[in-house]
Amino acid sequence: MAKLYDGRTTIFSPEGRLYQVEYAMQAIENAGTCLGVLAQDGIVLAAEKRNTNKLLDEVAHSEKIYRLNETTACSVAGITSDANVLTNYLREAAQRYVLTYQEPMPVEQLVCSLCDLKQLYTQRGGKRPFGVSLLYMGWDKHYGFQLYQSDPSGNYGGWKATCIGNNHSAAVSMLKQDYKEECDLNEALALAVKVMSKTLDATKMAPDRVEISTLTREKEKDKVKIRVLSEAEVKHLIGEYEKQQEKEKKEKEKERERKEREKKAAQAKK
Amino acid sequence: VTRRTLEKLVMECLLGIAGRDFVVFASDCTAAHSIIVVKDNKNKMVRLDDRLVLLISGEPGDTTSFGEFIQKNVQLYKIRNGYSLSPHAAASFTRQNLAKALREGPYTVDMLIGGYDEHDGASLYYLDYLGTMAKVPYTAHGYASYMTLSIMDKNYKEGLSETEAVDMIRMCIAEVQKRLIINLPKFNIHVVDREGVRTIDDEKMET
Repeated sequence: MAKLYDGRTTIFSPEGRLYQVEYAMQAIENAGTCLGVLAQDGIVLAAEKRNTNKLLDEVAHSEKIYRLNETTACSVAGITSDANVLTNYLREAAQRYVLTYQEPMPVEQLVCSLCDLKQLYTQRGGKRPFGVSLLYMGWDKHYGFQLYQSDPSGNYGGWKATCIGNNHSAAVSMLKQDYKEECDLNEALALAVKVMSKTLDATKMAPDRVEISTLTREKEKDKVKIRVLSEAEVKHLIGEYEKQQEKEKKEKEKERERKEREKKAAQAKK
Repeated sequence: VTRRTLEKLVMECLLGIAGRDFVVFASDCTAAHSIIVVKDNKNKMVRLDDRLVLLISGEPGDTTSFGEFIQKNVQLYKIRNGYSLSPHAAASFTRQNLAKALREGPYTVDMLIGGYDEHDGASLYYLDYLGTMAKVPYTAHGYASYMTLSIMDKNYKEGLSETEAVDMIRMCIAEVQKRLIINLPKFNIHVVDREGVRTIDDEKMET
């Protein structure tokens, strides 16, 4: 039944669905994971790197994190070529705004403008939607630090912590449990590493498999800093996480042994 | 832009003085067509927002249509986004439109934009028909500037009080009425601050 209404994006199915949009979202289900965490003093974006082929020449600065303007950056999940077109559009939109208003584009307005474009491709022209979901992190004077997510339908939402791409539902449920609103940037980084390691394909997380970036603000200078962590820093974070894991494992062991002893003692009494 | 239209710009008087958290504006009330005074109580002030004001002078049709265009766009931005444009952003937007139109169908208007902003305090911007924009502590448009800028240069102090600013504006108006050959009997004085926009009623101004 679905096949009859698949042909063009401009058409609803009898059940009121847009299949092309849903298929686009399906394309992202298998893409590299991206997650974002909002802290009191900054935002963390972590992305899984898929191009780990040794023959690949090193990318200039970043593979999955794109700087959009002075105060906003984004990460993408989905078809890379589509993503390049969209980030180009975002950068142009941001500059058009600053040309007219002589101040940086507020984050939500930037996200909105791209979502309006994405929506267009679900309604007009007979063209397919963009197979990209994006996570945006930014700061503006109206709402401070913000984290947004947008998908191929052109829908967007503001988040405290979220995940897109491969294994995103598992990641989101982890974030729901462990995320604390009053966390600072370091706690957010630790949480990102923890969730990332659980969602990655390989059993062990390594610095060349993941890209982490942060957005912070120096209040006195009124300057926003967007930084991609170096390999050494990522290695350190992973190390910290593994130490924490070891600690928790040992504590669990101790607890288990204690319970065993108690059980035995109870039995002996009988 | 012909010489005739440029002449219209200089006949009118716009004044502005900015303190730390207020801006005082004055504009004359005369609308003239050649040698005839068509209207003697014209308000040349456009309220762009609760704490943002535009003073506009020049070619009669342009003043109304461009003034309204800016006002409606400022309001549209506010409704779309849930927050207002800052004075700097609004002035930049205005300048952008003037600059675009300059090489095709220019608006022959001179303007002052000023207002109060939570983040940056009070600010005053000078704009002219060529797409010039400058942030200034005090300024004037028209022939009146020849007489009033020197008064402001002498008396302006950073952090001056609203009373001092209004007195300075009155001094400027008096000088314009004394020395400028064009008769400008009535002026409107407005103040923009954290509380909003208000008019200063002054019978002294009518001669």
